[in-house]
Amino acid sequence: MTKLLPMNRRSFLQTTASGAAALGLAPSLFSTPAAAQAALTVGFIYVGPKDDYGYNQAHAEGAAVIKAMSGVTVVEEENVPETVDVQKTMESMINLDGASLVFPTSFGYFDPHMLEMAKKYPDVQFRHCGGLWKEGVNPMNTGSYFGYIGQGQYLNGITAGYASKSKKIGFVAAKPIPQVLQNINSFLLGARSVDPAITCQVIFTGEWSLAVKEAEATNALIDQGADVITCHVDSPKVVVETAAGRGAFVCGYHANQSPLAPEKYLTGAEWAWGNVYTKFVTEAQASTPLGNFVRGGLKDGFVKMSPLGPGVSEEARKKFDATLAEMMAGSFSVFKGPIKDNKGGDAVTAGQTFAEDAIELESMAYLVEGVVGSTS
Amino acid sequence: MDETGIGIWGVPLAIFAGAIRVSTPFIFVSLGESITERSGRINLGLEGTLVFGAMTAYAVAVMSNSPWLGVLAAMATGAVFGLVHGWICKFPKVNDIAIGIAMMQFGLGLAFFLGKPFIQPVAPHLPSIPLGGWSGLPQIQSALNINVLFIIGALLSVTLWWAFKNTRIGLILRVVGDSSDAARAMGLNPDTVRLLATAVGGSLAAVGGAYLSLFYPGSWNEGISSGQGLMAVALVIFARWNPIGCFLAALLFGGAGALGPALQSVGVTQGYYLFYAAPYMLTLVILVATSSPTRSLAGAPGALSITK
Repeated sequence: MTKLLPMNRRSFLQTTASGAAALGLAPSLFSTPAAAQAALTVGFIYVGPKDDYGYNQAHAEGAAVIKAMSGVTVVEEENVPETVDVQKTMESMINLDGASLVFPTSFGYFDPHMLEMAKKYPDVQFRHCGGLWKEGVNPMNTGSYFGYIGQGQYLNGITAGYASKSKKIGFVAAKPIPQVLQNINSFLLGARSVDPAITCQVIFTGEWSLAVKEAEATNALIDQGADVITCHVDSPKVVVETAAGRGAFVCGYHANQSPLAPEKYLTGAEWAWGNVYTKFVTEAQASTPLGNFVRGGLKDGFVKMSPLGPGVSEEARKKFDATLAEMMAGSFSVFKGPIKDNKGGDAVTAGQTFAEDAIELESMAYLVEGVVGSTS
Repeated sequence: MDETGIGIWGVPLAIFAGAIRVSTPFIFVSLGESITERSGRINLGLEGTLVFGAMTAYAVAVMSNSPWLGVLAAMATGAVFGLVHGWICKFPKVNDIAIGIAMMQFGLGLAFFLGKPFIQPVAPHLPSIPLGGWSGLPQIQSALNINVLFIIGALLSVTLWWAFKNTRIGLILRVVGDSSDAARAMGLNPDTVRLLATAVGGSLAAVGGAYLSLFYPGSWNEGISSGQGLMAVALVIFARWNPIGCFLAALLFGGAGALGPALQSVGVTQGYYLFYAAPYMLTLVILVATSSPTRSLAGAPGALSITK
């Protein structure tokens, strides 16, 4: 959809470059070795618009942070589908812009697209957001990074637990993949830490971005009495505006949506990708190996919380701050047994505790007791 | 369940409310397309017109602070898109379906390009009429918050149905749509009629887009339409080119689309992908049930390129 012209930038530049080379101009025009060593070009690829109040905006805010670092050039492309298109984008960034570090930020870019490119360009470093990189299986010039945002959703749940009068809260989710399920479960467990009678209704829309269905899902949740809504979709804008318009409280996700509903916004779990990208770029500039499996949570500065809104009571604020302090100290665990799943089985057995970096949590396939919904 | 929810009654209510909330873009696009197709031309580009209309309406509403100015601006751009389509199609041996697809991509691309600065700002919404004041239930009050555009769409469908049958303009449209030769014999210029019919169709489709961005879901982003414009073109055939049929088919699609989220909200959570396919399965069933191998589609304009 974005490539309407028969001749794209790559083929145009290649033609002109070969023309220039034939004239003997290429060395002076296209390679200045001294400058190439000092400069680092970093490519960012987004699946949607980079100002969507959501997933892509969070990454673009991170890219903006490293843009300010010296010697760094950032190239970005938005609205790249999770198809062979993303391979073309990566090739273009590598061949034309000279990118030596590429961040394909959407889940579906990992396999096979980024892995293909990594094989083809072994000198370029690829770091993917959200994928599960495995040593020995995936190439060493690739890697994945992600944040433990589940604790943020737990804190969201605490504010929701205090704000809810109906004791029913709602979650608009895209797809039942482990990261989404973990967020749903954490949101409910946070609310249940305030009042164990609270239930959370979840509606899956089936896609990452479906504005009308997200609005319908939000309305359906509120019709059933849910009075605090949060979501895990690419752009929470529609959910936040629809819920606030119906008078429900909202907890944000991905980025800060409080400007959309200043009165009804309790807090939100946001990404702090700027810190993560700064770390990668610093390593790349110092020519030290980049991490292949990079994870972190609130205490590592991968995740942050939106400022608390006016709907958060004093009592809620106290519990929020106390829990946040425990999380920052690294002594808090959301998934602490015994926890039952919502089909009556054991999700986490008694005595079992998963720290936020437990690898088991990244393959979560259950919804905990109290969540009304199904993973299929 | 409990006193705050409305339990299983939420499902029929959601289907009813969804029919009203979700159907309006379908109504306007399909009414616009029925005018165009009655004149013997297909404009498949209405998806692009719809999205461009959504963007224009939102942008103008943000800048002028008036949603109605946004709707008018959307209508104007929709008419321009229709005029371009109609103008290109009047050249000999031009295929209207191919031009439609090109116009759709053009509309989408241009809307994304020009709409970039308007993803973040918040535009004023179109007003709605609260008809649910008699009920104490907030759910019903919210379901009966009916947008003015929905009411206009309903009235328009009846007016068009009447006008196709009983007015001179309606007759001209039908003659041109059924036989270009007969129209020429009457001294009509089929190209001019089709040009105007496509322009009107485009401007109505753009109103559908304005509803998406200015009322429900009420925000502009690049994923605002999930193919409503394309589906509405199919609805016209489904409704056999009858404006009232278009209105009812749009309601059916809106209501069926609300089924998936509503069922999940009352705890029917297994197999939601199947429920999301409900509108399409319904369409298949009705089309199979009403078609026949021995006769052609009733009401199909004779000069339409798909029936030629």
